[in-house]
Amino acid sequence: MIEEFIFTNLPALMVAVPLLAAFVCPLVAQISPAMRKMWVMGSMAITSLLGLLLVMRVYTMGTFVYVFGASTPGLSIPLDSGGIPIRIVFTVDAMSAFMDLIIAIVGFCVILYSLSSDERRTSPQYYYTLFLLLIAAVIGMVSTGDLFNFFVFIEISSLASAGLVAYSVEKGRAVEAGLKYFMVSALGGIFLLFVIGILYGQYDALNIAMIAQRMQFTMLDKIALVLLVAALAAKCGAVPMHFWTPDAYSLAPSSVTAMLVVASQASLYGLFRFTFTMYHLSLNYVTIGWTIIVLGVLSMVIGVTMAIPQKDVKRLMAYHAISQTGYMLLGVGVGLAVLGNETAINSFGTIAMEGGIFHIINHALYKGLLFLTAGAIIYRIGTRDLNRMGGLGHSMKYTMIFFIIGSLAIAGIPPFNGFASKLLIYESVYLFNPFLAIIAMVVSILTLASFVKVFHSIFMGPPLPEFASVREVPLPMLLGMGILATLVILFGVFPQTVVNLIVAPAVHALIDQSGYISAILGGA
Amino acid sequence: MMRMSKIVRTCADLMYPFVVIFGWYVIMHGHLTPGGGFQGGAVVATGAALVIVAYSYQEITSMLKKAVLMVQESTGLLLFIGAGLGGMVLGFPFFFNWLANSGSLFGMSVPYGPNPGELNTAGFLPLMNIAVGIEVWGGLTLVILYLLSGLEKGEA
Repeated sequence: MIEEFIFTNLPALMVAVPLLAAFVCPLVAQISPAMRKMWVMGSMAITSLLGLLLVMRVYTMGTFVYVFGASTPGLSIPLDSGGIPIRIVFTVDAMSAFMDLIIAIVGFCVILYSLSSDERRTSPQYYYTLFLLLIAAVIGMVSTGDLFNFFVFIEISSLASAGLVAYSVEKGRAVEAGLKYFMVSALGGIFLLFVIGILYGQYDALNIAMIAQRMQFTMLDKIALVLLVAALAAKCGAVPMHFWTPDAYSLAPSSVTAMLVVASQASLYGLFRFTFTMYHLSLNYVTIGWTIIVLGVLSMVIGVTMAIPQKDVKRLMAYHAISQTGYMLLGVGVGLAVLGNETAINSFGTIAMEGGIFHIINHALYKGLLFLTAGAIIYRIGTRDLNRMGGLGHSMKYTMIFFIIGSLAIAGIPPFNGFASKLLIYESVYLFNPFLAIIAMVVSILTLASFVKVFHSIFMGPPLPEFASVREVPLPMLLGMGILATLVILFGVFPQTVVNLIVAPAVHALIDQSGYISAILGGA
Repeated sequence: MMRMSKIVRTCADLMYPFVVIFGWYVIMHGHLTPGGGFQGGAVVATGAALVIVAYSYQEITSMLKKAVLMVQESTGLLLFIGAGLGGMVLGFPFFFNWLANSGSLFGMSVPYGPNPGELNTAGFLPLMNIAVGIEVWGGLTLVILYLLSGLEKGEA
């Protein structure tokens, strides 16, 4: 009975549980701080569990369509609607499930970590309300099959993230970063709303599948596409719209930064979803594919070159996050550029996309881990300036090990997960254009160089007298980092299994537009 | 912060009930006329803002407790999501309108043809409007109070 209830309502529960938890959090916090911690952790654990169940359900039984407010969950087209899916529909296909998996894993680790790291904050009840709202919004963004609903969730995520970035005021610098992030997000939101207006005016539908079926690729659709790519590329922090990223990532609390990485990737998901599923072959895929490739290469090169001179450890990592986003854009962009070319897509296009998509989950894991280790160091020594750190390897051994795992993974060294996805990207992109593959490798080497420097200045050297009292961080923080580090290694040791199990179906779901449409509109 | 003159305070006292009643009218008729929970809640919060402007900060905080407003905010949100979950508990999808045409609260069927608008229709939509109204009323008042407390510290 309860099992059946959960299984029929999985996509809705994924959003409803964190939302409900967020709203109850201030009330529970009135009782005692311990109750608040249990409430936040418990609700996040349930959300993650539901996420894993949903992922298993989607990978075994195919696309899960859930219609809000209908008389039965699967009734996407009401009988008297004239064949238009008028209600809000959640369409969880393999690609959405893949993103849900990332959120379930990273969200759980981050909340676990934040129980210790954020206990010194003022009004923690509102902090966790915003945090759970952000998680609910990101889940909604990747699950929804409705264009306007996507806009609503992206706005919720922008508002919640801006609040969280500004949470530790830091003499006004964090507030400035939050404001900057909010301005970029608001601008992106307006672009998106304009796109929705253009598409709704032409096709009388808001459902992505319906618009995809009716897509004509008129002049207006081209304008809509430009606005869409600009808005979502800005939200995911691709160069040249990246200027909010270093500020927001470095000044937000570390647990929030790890979640912001996932939120940016949800925007990346939106970019891929709209170009592949909504426009598909109707767009000029070579031009748009190359646009995304150029964005990716710019992000890779500029991100890493800006990262090298940084002295603030989190700012440095933020620039690396931009650089790694470039890899995902490059991989999937190559897939898009050869979308209509049957032989090319079969020989290397899908592999490039697999690399790009695989890199999304790998990046969420190791970048989340790196931001959490940076947070652990800042939590103990209170400074983020690399020049003032040193000798911490003597006192924070576990944090050091996690940092090594994370930095080797980001630099693409085997046997860590970054190597697996980067190798897929190098191999396939080389067949597409050798020059791009060489840039990708050079960027990877620069990343390694940069992290060697960071590792040396944080952990190496004799123990410094001012850090004599520094101890290892509390257990919940270590556990949060430990889960991510374990997954980084597991994904690196068994890459083929992971690619076959979760990445390849996600790539297939992106390419297979007719499958997405028929899941909603039924065999059309 | 100084309190305003007696004229302003008396006017605010006189205006307050009307502003609040108009706000609740907008909330309650959300499913029939333009406006709804958010707009009506904002109007009610304007009433609170009027009183806050007219009286001093100390007098206001003895009348409006931040803790109460916070609970009010959460109650509104819980009522909203509870109305959504209600459909799920009854075996329908999330946000199913389980009160529409049920004959009970707000459960009247909408009469066919031109009519002045029946308040007792639309199922759980009025409930949602009331929930959002309560939430926005509490939330906006809280925002104004917090802004005011910042001012208080700066000028004291």
